[in-house]
Amino acid sequence: MSAGTENKMIKTIVFQLLDKEYAIEVDVVQSIEKLLLMTITRIPGVPSYVKGVINLRGMVTPIVDLRTRFDLPVTEYDDNTRIIIVNLENFDAGLIVDDANDVIDIPADALESQPEVVGSVESDFVAGVAKIDKRLLVMLNLDHVLKPIRNGQSDDN
Amino acid sequence: MDTNQYLEMFLEESKEHLQACNEQLLELEKNPDDLSIVNEIFRAAHTLKGMSATMGYEDIANLTHKMENVLDAIRNSKIGVTSEILDVVFESSDALEEMVLDIEGGGTGKKDVGGLVTMLNQIEAGESPTAEIPAAEAAPARTGALVYDDFEQTVITQSIDQGFHAYELDVTLRDDCLLKAARVFMVFEILEKAGEVIKTNPNVEQLENEEFDNRFTVVLITKEDAADIKAKVEKVSELETAEIHHVQLKRAENESAAAVEAPAKEEIPNPPADSAPAEKPVKKADDKAEASSRRSGSSHSANKTIRVNIDRLDVLMNLFEELVIDRGRLQSIAAELQNAELNETTERMTRISGDLQNIILNMRMVPVETVFNRFPKMVRQLARDLDKKINLEIIGAETELDRTVIDEIGDPLVHLIRNALDHGIESPAERLAKGKPEEGTVTLRSYHSGNHVFIELEDDGAGVNRERVLRKAIERGIVSEDAADMLTDKQVAELILSSGFSTAEKLTDVSGRGVGLDVVKSTIESLGGHISIDSKEGEGSLFQVQLPLTLSIISVMLVEMQKEVFAVPLSSIIETAIIHKDDILNAHNQRVIDFRGKIVPLVDLREIFQTGLPDGEEEYKSVVIVRKGENLAALVVDSFIGQQEIVLKSLGNYLQSVFALSGATILGNGQVALIVDCNALIR
Repeated sequence: MSAGTENKMIKTIVFQLLDKEYAIEVDVVQSIEKLLLMTITRIPGVPSYVKGVINLRGMVTPIVDLRTRFDLPVTEYDDNTRIIIVNLENFDAGLIVDDANDVIDIPADALESQPEVVGSVESDFVAGVAKIDKRLLVMLNLDHVLKPIRNGQSDDN
Repeated sequence: MDTNQYLEMFLEESKEHLQACNEQLLELEKNPDDLSIVNEIFRAAHTLKGMSATMGYEDIANLTHKMENVLDAIRNSKIGVTSEILDVVFESSDALEEMVLDIEGGGTGKKDVGGLVTMLNQIEAGESPTAEIPAAEAAPARTGALVYDDFEQTVITQSIDQGFHAYELDVTLRDDCLLKAARVFMVFEILEKAGEVIKTNPNVEQLENEEFDNRFTVVLITKEDAADIKAKVEKVSELETAEIHHVQLKRAENESAAAVEAPAKEEIPNPPADSAPAEKPVKKADDKAEASSRRSGSSHSANKTIRVNIDRLDVLMNLFEELVIDRGRLQSIAAELQNAELNETTERMTRISGDLQNIILNMRMVPVETVFNRFPKMVRQLARDLDKKINLEIIGAETELDRTVIDEIGDPLVHLIRNALDHGIESPAERLAKGKPEEGTVTLRSYHSGNHVFIELEDDGAGVNRERVLRKAIERGIVSEDAADMLTDKQVAELILSSGFSTAEKLTDVSGRGVGLDVVKSTIESLGGHISIDSKEGEGSLFQVQLPLTLSIISVMLVEMQKEVFAVPLSSIIETAIIHKDDILNAHNQRVIDFRGKIVPLVDLREIFQTGLPDGEEEYKSVVIVRKGENLAALVVDSFIGQQEIVLKSLGNYLQSVFALSGATILGNGQVALIVDCNALIR
């Protein structure tokens, strides 16, 4: 997400949570899976947004529900619900999102920092926002969204 | 040349050669007269030199070259093996190791080896040509010195009898010679016109493949005059020198079987040391004439192996697990359909994949040798530093362990050995005073037993001093004074494994670095292992480390709680039982049961893992009795599923530590089951 380089395009995967559109860089995305096809094994003693682990082609992969993570109202998972599997530096994880169906190029200079609003849980997780045509895309900071869990706590703060 | 693609191979092989060097050097120190060992070292150094030069690591090449010279001087009996010389050679091999590790770490592999080179030069020159012991056996494998088998000897003697001359022609090509094979061919052409070539060194095939440095020897039988031949050969261009000598046959003593051809030696008693490396260790079948002259020691080439990156094995393993999962599905489909042919096929597949699983797991097994290897040298150095005499014995180095365990076990063992040398073995004077042999013995032993591998470290040193350990333990508040008297000797000995304990009266450089044996204990326990100590004061100590054969596969008991499946490692389980609710007692808000006369606390896993409890109180409860050390606990579950071998998987870095869970596994139906960490549940 190195802003500043002139007219560099950031290729992103865009997904839906409630009424907002979020984006993450396509480079970190390994695959997008249908949630209903997966069996999630619950893990006791972890924050509620960690839904558990799945068997992703032989790898035990933790799954995080982004709605819960962002304190958004929770709904039933349906046929559109997707798990976006991301590869971060040290681990893989899956993000549960309402829908994921778009790939968009965002010009690096279209990315603006998030307007400062106090109190929103989300703000920590946002790397920036971009306005493409009439769509407002929220670029996520995955390192913050996926802070490792230790002894049942996230490493936040 | 782009050498990057070869880098990994270079690193692996360099390490192997250095290891061989170190081992043989230690061997040489014990048997300074055994020149075949020098040859082994020479071979390793030579190969290393060649490789590093090719890869462009000049410092390594430079240093190995000097090492080679010294070794060459040794095997030509120009200098004797002394511990001073060995020290320098050891130091050189250390430096080489450093450079190789540097390259591995992405460095340039550069290092100032000037000092070492000078020292090596001094050794080489300082005590050089005494030239008086060119005895036949003294130089069993001087390169360039030809060895003749019976047949060749007969040919030569008969030819001489019939008025032929037998010459040995040493040809040295110029360093900048481009087409060595072509020059060889030209030399041969001349020689074959003049007479008959009966032998070459290196052999013809190697010459044709340019597998020699720049020097080769040809044995020629001819009627022509030596000077004529020399003159003809010297006309070949790019040729440095051609020296010709009469073959002098010397019947070799102690001529053993075909494998080792006895060293017959002829003229040029002492060629200049630097002309020596005319031979490359070529690890392939030679033609039959030369096959016999391959000396022993290339035995490791007989192992047909292939290096595989452990990551690839992991990928293989993962793919295989998917296969197992599909197999499970297939089995259940077959059971439903009840089709004979399908059943048969499924059964066959089950059997084959079972075998396949064994093979894949076995591929991950590595002999502990890879860890033990580094100890002889370490012990040697430590013994010197501590001024002690120590003999290290290694038994069972071929015992195999899973790669993941091997990677972890090295450091704890280093610690234990340091401890044994520093605190265990007494100084020579002390030992003599106690009526023990001056030299202390440390035995490192490894063997399989059941599903475990044992590694033992035994020394005949001072043993654990009960008084001193107790005093210190009380001082540090590890045990109370009252409790101290109750402890058995074994318990006292094991106190030295508790945290914050150091038995040394004064901190020494060797083991007093602020880390105690508690680190060893925790590392071993984190591997699912166990360490115990047996010690007799004045007679020595025995540290026993018990390790699981592999970390990746464990036996578990699968239990079910509200449709959720958990796995309890069998290694923690004592037994399973079904208890009546009336057998549950209350003690201090803690529910307990009486298990064979022992009060065991009841832990309801369903509460701990929030799986939800069944409605209403059950009449009977299923419990798994588990232990951690001496302590027991009874885990309450809904029901038992059964025992199973599972593949252990970590929860990954996102879930770095989760209470009471040590990992996960994938079941036959494709679902993930969590593995219960019993250690976390007890106290």
